[in-house]
Amino acid sequence: MRRLFAFIAGSLFGTGLLISGMTDTSRVQGWLDVFGQWDPTLAFVMGGAIIPMAIAWRLTIGRNPALGGLFPPRPESKIGRNLVIGSTLFGMGWGLVGLCPGPSIASLSYGGIGGTVFLLAMFVGMWFAPILRDQLDNALPAN
Amino acid sequence: MQTEWIYGLVGGGIIGLAGAVYLLINGRIMGASGIIGGLVDGSAKGDQASERVFFLLGLFLVPAIIAMVFGAPETHLTSNLWAIVAAGLLVGVGTRFANGCTSGHGVCGISRLSLRGIVATVFYIMAGGLSVIVFKHTLGWI
Repeated sequence: MRRLFAFIAGSLFGTGLLISGMTDTSRVQGWLDVFGQWDPTLAFVMGGAIIPMAIAWRLTIGRNPALGGLFPPRPESKIGRNLVIGSTLFGMGWGLVGLCPGPSIASLSYGGIGGTVFLLAMFVGMWFAPILRDQLDNALPAN
Repeated sequence: MQTEWIYGLVGGGIIGLAGAVYLLINGRIMGASGIIGGLVDGSAKGDQASERVFFLLGLFLVPAIIAMVFGAPETHLTSNLWAIVAAGLLVGVGTRFANGCTSGHGVCGISRLSLRGIVATVFYIMAGGLSVIVFKHTLGWI
């Protein structure tokens, strides 16, 4: 059952990304391009996604997940160095070609060789990140 | 086109519904970078790993079927492979450092008013905007 609903959630996610135009890199870059032909679509996508998600968070109060277990605890509100460094690096890559992790999988079947190369490079980056993080923590201990 | 924002809103609503299903039924946060990253670095094991595999299978297969039936949408991805490799590395390292991307910090984080999600979103949007200014308008690489 967990697998079935994970598959359904992934399917909906992919459908939403495709319909909203978020697998089109020019649309994402158009939104980030405040000095060019600004494209407002991404703001509508974010708004459209946040509304059902906010309702879902409300529904978690006083309940447990339908398939058992517990809801993820609220993370600490601490803003660490890694959050800021990571988000900045991610944003640079996102702006450079207009792809982020979800759409890179959703568009894999029609993204051509470039889409596949992006995904492979992202895998390498994800695999390497914990090693880099340890190096950074050793060189410059946080706090 | 004037109607594009409607597709954005409807598609966004479906993305939110996906996140709601994953949260309320499976009890998990729908963050693409976390789901993928845990599989890549091996931190997700056993049942948790197979749940993620099925999520990614849906994420890959359903758009593939839609593209086959209705025709593939344009991705307009740059043909500059160096830029693609650099961007993939930055996105991979960055999202794992920050523990989230557009779906986890953006959609799931902002909707629960998580300070971390909001701060992350502000930083990656600012960096993304700067990136477009530098690489497109200044250097003309893309």
